Amino acid sequence: MKNAEEIFEILKRQFDDAIIGIDKDTPTEPIINVDPLQIHKVGAYLRETDELKFDSLMCLSGVDDANGTKVKDAEGYEFIQGGTLSVYYNLHSVELKHKITLKVSTPREDAKVESVENVWKTADWHEREAYDLVGIVFLNHPDLRRILMPYDWADGSHPLRKDYKNPEFYQGMKVPY
Amino acid sequence: MGLLDKEFSDGNILIANVEDLLNWARLSSVWQLGFGLACCAIEMMATSMSHYDFDRFGVIPRNTPRQADAIIISGTVTLKMATRIKRLYEQMPDPKYIISMGSCSNCGGPYWEHGYHVLKGIDRVIPVDVYVPGCPPRPEALLEGLMKLQDKIRNESLRTKSA
Ligand code: SF4
Repeated sequence: MKNAEEIFEILKRQFDDAIIGIDKDTPTEPIINVDPLQIHKVGAYLRETDELKFDSLMCLSGVDDANGTKVKDAEGYEFIQGGTLSVYYNLHSVELKHKITLKVSTPREDAKVESVENVWKTADWHEREAYDLVGIVFLNHPDLRRILMPYDWADGSHPLRKDYKNPEFYQGMKVPY
Repeated sequence: MGLLDKEFSDGNILIANVEDLLNWARLSSVWQLGFGLACCAIEMMATSMSHYDFDRFGVIPRNTPRQADAIIISGTVTLKMATRIKRLYEQMPDPKYIISMGSCSNCGGPYWEHGYHVLKGIDRVIPVDVYVPGCPPRPEALLEGLMKLQDKIRNESLRTKSA
């Protein structure tokens, strides 16, 4: 059993530039920041190494940080420009009974994160959900389709973005009340 | 039931007018499409169970829309589901009836404002005969809804199409 700082040290030694930092100032558990384009090899290492053995991905969540600047368009509609979208990975080792949370942040306008689908199978649908609702693109995902919203939902329309605007109509059905 | 009050002129002959007979037959065997959507569906299932016994009104769930007379929209209709409901409705033979059960299918219910994925009322897609209010409606309310539908069928006419 290892705590978050020990795990951070191990990762830092192994990967150096892929590990951005550790955030201990959180109300819950410490969070390790990882480079979104190198998360796959970090995940594979966390899973395979004997002293870590993170065999279970408990949850993968897409989050809109809404930390960009608010801009109004011509119709007075406020949307967010810049800032980041994040993905959180909650890992657990069933055998060694330790836990860790990873976070990757990616620019809002070009949100791309490496898929960990072939490290933890659980990630398959979770990543599809994060793509569907928040609009994060997972590179190397084998089947990145929408999972909850209809397949023909407007491209680029992701309902859990903080500046989401509902369409007026879907397939001829009025959407607003 | 109206029909049995009619005069018996012979041991085996029953006299009634065709309209009454057909309406009586229809309202006593409203077969519903076995179809549930959200929390309201749980209440609809409870209505079908022995305690409330939907069956005593002739309501039997059928597994295909081609054998169903009525469809109870029991719950939250998402936009994705609405397209499927429309297709099921179109597959049902005439005459067909719709009971909209619960706030969600009446008008969007708790999702009326922020439900980006919810259709705000099934009557935007298919014509509704009876609305049952509640979140969820108790089985008694659904039974009342069914009896309202039966009243409607009882007064139907062969000459004017209503379904
Ligand atoms: S009306 Fe209420 S009980 Fe019925 S489906 Fe909607 S939320 Fe659930």
